[in-house]
Amino acid sequence: MRRVVVTGLGMVTPLGSGVDATWSRLVEGQSGAGKITDFQVDDLACQIACQIPRGDGTNGTFNADDWMEPKEQRKVDPFIVYAMAASTQALRDSGWEPKTYEEQCATGVLIGSGIGGIGGIYEASATLIERGPRRISPFFIPGRLINLAGGYVSIEHGLKGPNHAVVTACSTGSHAIGDAARLIALGDADVMVAGGTESPVNRLSIAGFAACRALSTGYNDTPEKASRPYDKDRDGFVMGEGAGIVVLEEYEHAKARGATIYAEVIGYGLSGDAYHITSPSEDGDGAYRCMAAALKRAAIAVSEIDYVNAHGTSTPLGDELELKAVERIMGNAAGKLSMSSTKSAIGHLLGAAGAVEAIFSILAMRDGIIPPTINLDNPSVETAIDLVPKQAKRKQVNVALSNSFGFGGTNASLILRRVS
Amino acid sequence: MSDVADRVKKIVVEHLGVEADKVVENANFIDDLGADSLDTVELVMAFEEEFNVEIPDDAAETIVTVGDAVRFLEKNAA
Repeated sequence: MRRVVVTGLGMVTPLGSGVDATWSRLVEGQSGAGKITDFQVDDLACQIACQIPRGDGTNGTFNADDWMEPKEQRKVDPFIVYAMAASTQALRDSGWEPKTYEEQCATGVLIGSGIGGIGGIYEASATLIERGPRRISPFFIPGRLINLAGGYVSIEHGLKGPNHAVVTACSTGSHAIGDAARLIALGDADVMVAGGTESPVNRLSIAGFAACRALSTGYNDTPEKASRPYDKDRDGFVMGEGAGIVVLEEYEHAKARGATIYAEVIGYGLSGDAYHITSPSEDGDGAYRCMAAALKRAAIAVSEIDYVNAHGTSTPLGDELELKAVERIMGNAAGKLSMSSTKSAIGHLLGAAGAVEAIFSILAMRDGIIPPTINLDNPSVETAIDLVPKQAKRKQVNVALSNSFGFGGTNASLILRRVS
Repeated sequence: MSDVADRVKKIVVEHLGVEADKVVENANFIDDLGADSLDTVELVMAFEEEFNVEIPDDAAETIVTVGDAVRFLEKNAA
């Protein structure tokens, strides 16, 4: 199998547009959460979310016009705009601009989303009911389909290789990177633009996730305190929006063109819980098996893992089950492991989460800094694992593992290693 | 330019993201203004909305230039 490395990073998150803006604020321990102000929330149990800071594009703000023409933005849901922004950032960062026909055919796209254009479906449904079918735009369908994020990105950058999309709820971003890496390893492509994107901050999504009892409801007046993985006062996740995209590349291809190599994708594991549509299996077995599968593929000892970027959504049940599964897999090496949940700061980006968190794992390796689990005042359980409470920590990270678990019992783990 | 023409022009500029000076009477939406087949469907919807008129599909097919749209709307809009 061919080796696969990461050569470009891009993201739009509730902490900012771009890797630098997001990472610096994450390491400082800032929260991206706030009160929702752009739609009615007074009748919703959850009234907060982590939203992208919008502005003119300076100081880390997100200006959609920098990434997609206004006339195109009008046709699509925001998840496609975020994917366009993060993909362009990642491709620029990688320095890869496929120009010849052969280069274009060797470069593909694999971008997923958990739900895709739910906001636009909601609005169009209202239009259909109130005004009839003749008022439904011809752009309604293509602007909501999940694989149209990858479709738009491929058209913008001339990427004619594999064009694929993943839909595995909150595991989407990790599955997208893992599957794309396999396409390169097996020779279907030399370069893949891969990751996840999500725009779930709208009235219908919040109502739906609140009905699942998945969202935090006790911190509507102190939103920045709401996402608190492992803390005894946690009460659900905080919805987030954004996109994370990486450029994956065959190792020799990257080396030959002198690309900056951030990390190698050495392990990817998948598993299913076969248990419940929204609850994780009670013994954490699904999480354990997917980490074990990734470790087997990576062919490393567990003690080589320095950092785990946890799924850690801040739900009462999930956090402890994941922690137990990690303790089980680490065995005696648990005492030297650091594991943080960056969802404490950016919220839960659903289908984008795994991709954004894989990038955070890579940045931890690059800078020797582990981002904190903010708001972790009183852990609900004792553990030998360092949960990196409240403050970032300096630590050399050579190998990192990133976990994602989704509704339906779909699990993915990625293992990334620094390339010296 | 007539009032109808001004309103048509504004819609075309907004929907197709083209410069206003390109939106002349004989400009073809697809050949000259970069529209695709979906854009033309949406343009007709926007004309219907702006002028509060229904444009049947067979009539919509005959509206291929800015001038076609202006003439149709001057004749049919209230």
